[in-house]
Parts: sequence; structure tokens; C-alpha cells
Amino acid sequence: MGFTVADLKRGEKGIIKEFSDENIPIKLLELGCLPGNEVELIQIAPLQDPIYINVSGSHIAIRRDMANLIALEPISEYE
Amino acid sequence: MSKDIKVALIGNPNTGKTSVFNALTGLNQKVGNYPGITVEKKQGLCKLSRGIKAHILDLPGTYSLNTTSLDESVAVELLLNRNAPDFPDVAVVISDVENLKRNLLLFTQIKDLRIPAILVVNMADRMSRKGISLDVSALETALQTRIALVSTRKNSGVEELKKLIENYRELSCNPSLKISDIDPAYFERLQKTFPNEDLYKLWVVITQDVNFSPLQKKMTESRSGFEIKSRAELKRLQHRETVLRYQRINAVLKNTYRADSRLAKGTYASLDKLLTHKVFGYLIFFVVLLTMFQAIYDWSSVPMDFIDSSFAAAGEWVKNTLPPGVFTDLIAEGIIAGIGGIVIFIPQIAFLFFFIAILEESGYMSRVVFLMDRLMRPFGLSGKSVVPLMSGTACAIPAVMAARNIESWKERLITILVTPFMTCSARLPVYLIIITLVIPEGRFFGLGYQALTLMALYALGFVTALLSAKLLDKSLKLSHQSFFVVEMPLYKWPLWKNVFYTVVEKTRSFVYGAGKIILAISVVLWFLGSNGFSEKFRNAETLVSEQIALTGFSKHSTAYITDNLALYKEDLKVRSQSIPTIAVEDSISRFTEALQARALRQEIASFRLEHSLIGQMGKVIEPVVKPLGYDWKIGIAVITSFAAREVFVGTLATIYSVGSDEENTIKNRMAAELREDNGLPLFNLASGVSLLLFYAFAMQCMSTLAVVKRETNSWKWPIIQFTFMGLLAYLTAFIAYQILI
Repeated sequence: MGFTVADLKRGEKGIIKEFSDENIPIKLLELGCLPGNEVELIQIAPLQDPIYINVSGSHIAIRRDMANLIALEPISEYE
Repeated sequence: MSKDIKVALIGNPNTGKTSVFNALTGLNQKVGNYPGITVEKKQGLCKLSRGIKAHILDLPGTYSLNTTSLDESVAVELLLNRNAPDFPDVAVVISDVENLKRNLLLFTQIKDLRIPAILVVNMADRMSRKGISLDVSALETALQTRIALVSTRKNSGVEELKKLIENYRELSCNPSLKISDIDPAYFERLQKTFPNEDLYKLWVVITQDVNFSPLQKKMTESRSGFEIKSRAELKRLQHRETVLRYQRINAVLKNTYRADSRLAKGTYASLDKLLTHKVFGYLIFFVVLLTMFQAIYDWSSVPMDFIDSSFAAAGEWVKNTLPPGVFTDLIAEGIIAGIGGIVIFIPQIAFLFFFIAILEESGYMSRVVFLMDRLMRPFGLSGKSVVPLMSGTACAIPAVMAARNIESWKERLITILVTPFMTCSARLPVYLIIITLVIPEGRFFGLGYQALTLMALYALGFVTALLSAKLLDKSLKLSHQSFFVVEMPLYKWPLWKNVFYTVVEKTRSFVYGAGKIILAISVVLWFLGSNGFSEKFRNAETLVSEQIALTGFSKHSTAYITDNLALYKEDLKVRSQSIPTIAVEDSISRFTEALQARALRQEIASFRLEHSLIGQMGKVIEPVVKPLGYDWKIGIAVITSFAAREVFVGTLATIYSVGSDEENTIKNRMAAELREDNGLPLFNLASGVSLLLFYAFAMQCMSTLAVVKRETNSWKWPIIQFTFMGLLAYLTAFIAYQILI
């Protein structure tokens, strides 16, 4: 598994590439978590879980195991 | 009637849907910031022009027609069933201007059901502040709809919305997505199998677990000739549907919606940094909780004392004013005492929901869910279980209902099953009276033993809830998919009107829900305590008088007479220097007669109670409760508590006030109660602790059991819950009593 939402640091961003599992809940997609959209990590709860992200304007919290399934394209620094 | 329009309000959670409902109908209810707060069916009436009325139905908030929770299914089932009496003529889809893109997903689905749909863009007052511009007419054309820009805070746009509702017939019913684009071959076969059905509706029925009659049945009957897709394949198609919808929405918004991304962030980020911080986040939550509970106790003690004394005075007044008889007794001892037992809880419940409403309204509750999720998970619970558990400290009934928006069935079930362990406000009166009776008043590092005991009982409830959750998590064999997506809504100032209506609504539901039971039991108790079928009950007066004539007064009564007489003589000695001896002796003998008459009345009342219906019931169960340190009177109070815990104190009050003429406060009366076998105080440390533990663990609330049955849709879970909690209560109470005695 490559770079995923779970690997983001606070304030870091990435572009959603694909989902590595068919079982990703549709609700997550409906909230705007779709390939091509930008994800920013806002906060990580203590014990590293859950994580709080902003994905195309939706502010949502998800658990780390789910974040692991969302593969990202990193956004390079100079942008 | 024919002119009336049926309207369904639908929208994502946190879009201010309920505020729009309030603005349209004037019938107020709460606006939540916590996903899924609108769970009940809310209806209201809106007057349009020319005498036309609109029946407005406020549907539970949902992100889409793909349901993940009970609430959402309710909304979808209604929209699919054209034969349902509530099926709307027009749907009003509420969106929030800042989350328009996401909100439009649901809008396109509603359009695809071919229900005429109006789009409300809510919170329009935020547009300029957030640098958002919207080309309304272009958007109307692109979406083939009419749009109302509404701000419920500024109270604008509502009249325009009413106009649009009135003219709903002009709305286009064209779908917004060609559903067969998802998978042309599959949808062609589907249409061939069901030539008379709408394709999108078929698709929703196939993919959702919704229960509505006509279409569902037909599907299963004629499925034979049709290729059924596997769950995984269906899911892939659903993903594709979502992507297609977003592509369409993005295309529409590209030319009509502009937002300045720099202005969009604002207060969000800085507040979140603090409130979800690893250290400060918890500190703040802890302080919030502490302030809440401190305030609940401090603020409610004044009105509670007032209610207590008012009802006592009212009962007394009725007894003295109305002619003596059965009817007067019923009013004074049954009805007034019963209503007092309900009203006394109102301050606490109102204050608790005042705070919970503020936390939800402001958006803070979702941050608590975020902070607590990881900590709750080892126990098989989720961050979302925190709200039900916290609410459980007020009353388990709304708390169990609050578990509805936990998506994972296993986590939800565990939350429902353990919530009644939390110390609800009904336990409080029982705790307070027993603690003051049996726990000494000393202090330990400035903290009273009694206060510490109360805190320990709260902690005990919480720890037991967690441990039971852990046990259930290990033993429940349920296929379980962890599912946790929580929206973190914008921070907002609570709308005080909404907070106020929440408090009114919750309090009212307690008074009418639990209150009815409490009142009924109070009356039943009064009846059982003042009626009996045995010879002994009917002839109580003669039997007791004969007994006394034969063997004299009982030990208690003799002590009562001699004690009071001694006091009276003491008193006379001080005042009687100038009074002739003969007058003193006369006065003493008259006083003695009065005391004897009173003692006789007490003995008759007590004898009568013992042989009344309730006394006989208590006697029957005495062997069962004796090992816990209870006598038959406490036994009765425990039995009646199985209807609702708070009845305990009321029952004892009834039993003792029936047995005694003196209007002592219930506490002094309990302290004076002696064991029948050895004459020592009945309420001692051992029996007191045993009672406290019993009440901490036992599932003594019929209303909660009824709610659990409704929420789990079977009798299995409430029965398991009742048995488990009952056994735990009996065992711990038994062990505690046997050790301490």
C-alpha cells in the first residue's frame, strides 16, 4: 500500500487517487471523498485515531483503518 | 382538503432544515448540529395565500438516498411509496450555501424520483462574509428547478419559498441523471424484467434495505428470470453513480457558483485547534462536564425544595379542608403525592437538556465524538456512544433513542444495552435519602463522606457500563463492520429559541411519558395499601383493641408513650411553679389519655397495613429480599420500583404515612424504623449499602425496557438486559450485606 490519508501529517494535503478496498462506505463518497478531490488533514486525535480531514469542503472525522484505504497522490511543496 | 399541498422537507444534517421548518410552520422544535437529531416524525401546518394550506413534513436528515441508519431509512421509504398517505406533492430540499455541492447530490436523487423539487439555499446571510457568489437564475435553469435563498437567522426568503410551494405544479419533473448511464446493459435488462416500473426507483429498491410494500414484493416474486448482481458488484455501481452525480454537479456549479477559498476557512480552524487538542481538548471537555453537573445540582436544588414543600403543603391542605373519606384520601395520599413525585424531576431534566442542546447547537458535540472515539473503542463502543451515555445521566429513555445515529449495529446495540447502568436522575432521590440515613457526616480532605459516596455511585455506574460493554463486545457474535464517518459541522452560536424548545419538548415528553406511570403507580399503591380482603383487615379496630386490653401496648408504643410523657412532665416542671398540684395531675392524666389514643390509632393503622393487599404482597416476597437486609416494607418499595425507580421514596412515604398519623418528614420516619426481630434500626450501613448497590445495577424501569424493545425490534434484548442487570444487582447487594452485617 502506498501513500494514504493515514500517512498525512497535520496540515498536509493530498489528492485522492483511488480506494484500495471495494468496501469503502458510500457515505464517504457522498460527503465528497472522491478520486481527484483534495484532502487536508486538520487534526489527529490522541492515540493517533480517529483523524479529522477536510475533503473538498466537507469537514469529517474518520477512523485510521478507513483512512488507510484511501490512496493519495501527494501535493508537492512548491505549489 | 383537495386544495391542501403536502410538502416534505428533506436535506443533509446540519443544513438548518429544522429552522426552515420552524419558519414555515411557526410550530417550533429543535435545530440540531449533531447528525441525525431529527428522528421523530415532525409535521406542521403552513398557511399560504388564498386559503391554501400546506402540510409540512420534516423528514430526518440524510446525506443521500443510500441509507446507513434507521433515521435515513424512514425518509427514503416515504419518498419511494407513492401510495403512502404522507407521500409529498412537492419536496423542498434544504441546502447550506457553504456545502452546496455536497447538498446537491441528494437534490439530484430526489429529482430522479420524479418528485417535484424546490431547492432552498439556506444560511444565505453567510454568503458575503464567506465570499460566495451564486448565479441563481442560471442554476435554476441548469437544475430545472426553482430556488429560494433563505436565511432563518435573518428571517428572509421564507415568503418567497411559500410562493414557490404554492406554485409547485409549474416545477419540472425531469430527472437530472440518466440512470442507465451507470451500466447500460444491466439497466436495459432490468427495464425488460419490470417494464412498468421507473428505473431509478427499481435501482433504489435493489440497493437499499428499505421496507416498503408494493415494489419490494413484486421484485422477489418475479426475480427468477433476472440476473442478480452480487453485493460487491452493486456497490461498484453505486460508487459509479455517485461519481457520475458529482461530475454533473461540478459541471453545473462551475458556471454558477464562486467561493473565495481564503474567506471560507475563518473561525473553523482556530477553534478546532484548541477544542480538539490532545491535552486542552480533554481539559475543556472535562471542565464543560464538571460545570454542567455542578450547575444542574446547584440550580435545581432551589426549585426542587420548593416543589417538595409545596406538594406536602397541598396534601395537608386537602386533608384538612375536604370532608374526611376515601375520596379525600385518594386525592391527598394518591394523586397529589404522585404528581409531586413527577414534578420534582422537572428542574434536573430541564437543566440537563438545556446544556445538551447548547452543546449540540454549537457544533461542539461532534468534537467530543472525535475526541472520545478511540477511548471508547476498546469497550466495543464508538465515539458516538458518548452522547447516549452522557444523556443517560438524566434519563435512559431519551438516551437509548439517541443511540440511533450509531451506524454499526453492534456498537449501537451495546450502547443501548449498557446505557441504563448510567446513574439516571430517577436514582438520585433514592441515593440521596439512603446516603443521608446510613453514611456518616464526617469529612475527608474537605470532602464530605456523603458527597464522596454519591460520586462513587456515579463512577460505579459508568465503570459498570464500560465493563459490561466489554463483556458484550466479547460475547456477541455479530458480523460487524466498523463504520465511522462523523461530520464536523460549523461552529455556531446556539439559537436560544431552539434551545428553549428542546428543553420544553424533552421535559414534556418526560412528564407525559414516565409521569403517567409514576402517577398510576402512586394511585395503585394507595389503593393496595388501604384495601384488604382478609378478616383481619376488616376487623382491625376490634382485633387491635382486644389485643391491647389483653396484653397491653406493644413495646414500641409503650416506649412512645413513656418517652413523650417524660418530656411533657419535664416541660410542666419548668412552667408549673404557680399551678396547683391537682391541676398538674389532671393535665398529666389527660395527656396520657391522648397519647394512648394516638398509639392505638397507630397500631390499628400499622396492623391494617400489614394485612392490606400490599402488606400481603410484601410478606410473600420477604424471604427473597431478607438475605439482602430488607423487610417486607422495603420489599414492597423495591417491587414498585420495577415500574420506575423514583417510586421507591414515594412508596415508603405512602407506607409509612399510612402507618403513622404524624407528619414527620420521610427521612426521620425511615431513621426511626426498627427491625421487627431485634429492634435495631432497619436502615443501617449494611442494608443501606445493599440497597444502594441494588438500585445502581437493577433494571427497574419499565419505560426504558419498552424503549429498548422498540429500538432493537425484539423482546430478546430487553429480556437479556433485565435478567443480566437484575442478577448483578441481587448478587452484589447480597454479598455487600453479608459482608457488612
